[in-house]
Amino acid sequence: MLASCWMSFGVFGLMVLIAGPVWAGGNWTPLEKDGLHDPKGAAIHDLQQPKDALSALPADTVGNQVRWVEALRKGLITPRTNLYPDTKIQVLDLDLLYGNTGDNWFVRFPHKPHTEWLDCANCHEKIFKTKFGATGFKMMDILAGKYCGQCHGAVAFPLTECTRCHSVNPATFRGKFGPQAVETKP
Amino acid sequence: MIVLRSLCFVALVLVVFLVLFVAPVQAEYADVILNQRSEANGVRPVIYPHWFHRIRFRCKVCHNELGFEMKVGANQIDMNKIMDGKFCGMCHNGDIAWNLEFCDRCHSGLPGLKTSIRGGSASTGPGEY
Repeated sequence: MLASCWMSFGVFGLMVLIAGPVWAGGNWTPLEKDGLHDPKGAAIHDLQQPKDALSALPADTVGNQVRWVEALRKGLITPRTNLYPDTKIQVLDLDLLYGNTGDNWFVRFPHKPHTEWLDCANCHEKIFKTKFGATGFKMMDILAGKYCGQCHGAVAFPLTECTRCHSVNPATFRGKFGPQAVETKP
Repeated sequence: MIVLRSLCFVALVLVVFLVLFVAPVQAEYADVILNQRSEANGVRPVIYPHWFHRIRFRCKVCHNELGFEMKVGANQIDMNKIMDGKFCGMCHNGDIAWNLEFCDRCHSGLPGLKTSIRGGSASTGPGEY
């Protein structure tokens, strides 16, 4: 029995040693093997490989395996904000605290990273009403691809990452729900 | 008996290893397949990589300025509109990005793919977890 335990440990250790570097990021599928691109396509070798672009950016365990907001803030990527010179670029630094979260932790929604990527009009008033609490949405809606789920689970980090949104412990939270004054930010 | 148990242990460890460490071969997260018109018109489906574009442009450029709906299949795009400078044609004009002579760079998908969005390392798309 003891021997088998040690044997398993040994086998497991060996596997971690082999797979570790793959698991800890760097596991992007080459385009010609991704099940979408036709390896016989005439321009397949013109295209940039995900690994070439993404391996230099802060690592994540999900999605594109990139911390996109961090990459942006560190200046590792400098995506354009507009094509038309008269487009108004607005970034809003305002957190919203959602309390009606059942058994889960409360949700702190930060406008800042969202408006660094998106325009106000992408969410308001089509998906979310500007007035706090006026929208009324449930986790099941989000899982079905509505509200936050329109992006999270499709292009932004997936819904497997509960605690990135449900990040406020109800046992210690003493503030008010809704828009948060900037100085209450952790 | 002990040999049998050892083998079971090793098998269990192997299964755990496969589940934890070997990611299935998948398209990149948020890759979009556009095939509402492509194959019907004799070209490969379009593979649109979000990751490639978001390194260079923020979401708001396409989804606000260019008017792309944030829903796969909701945008009625065709080559005439692109040639008129709408949708992809706002950049893919030889000025900001490669021009429309490079058909195969966008029309690069395997035949038979359906218009859809693909998940990546942890999800297979909206609503599927």
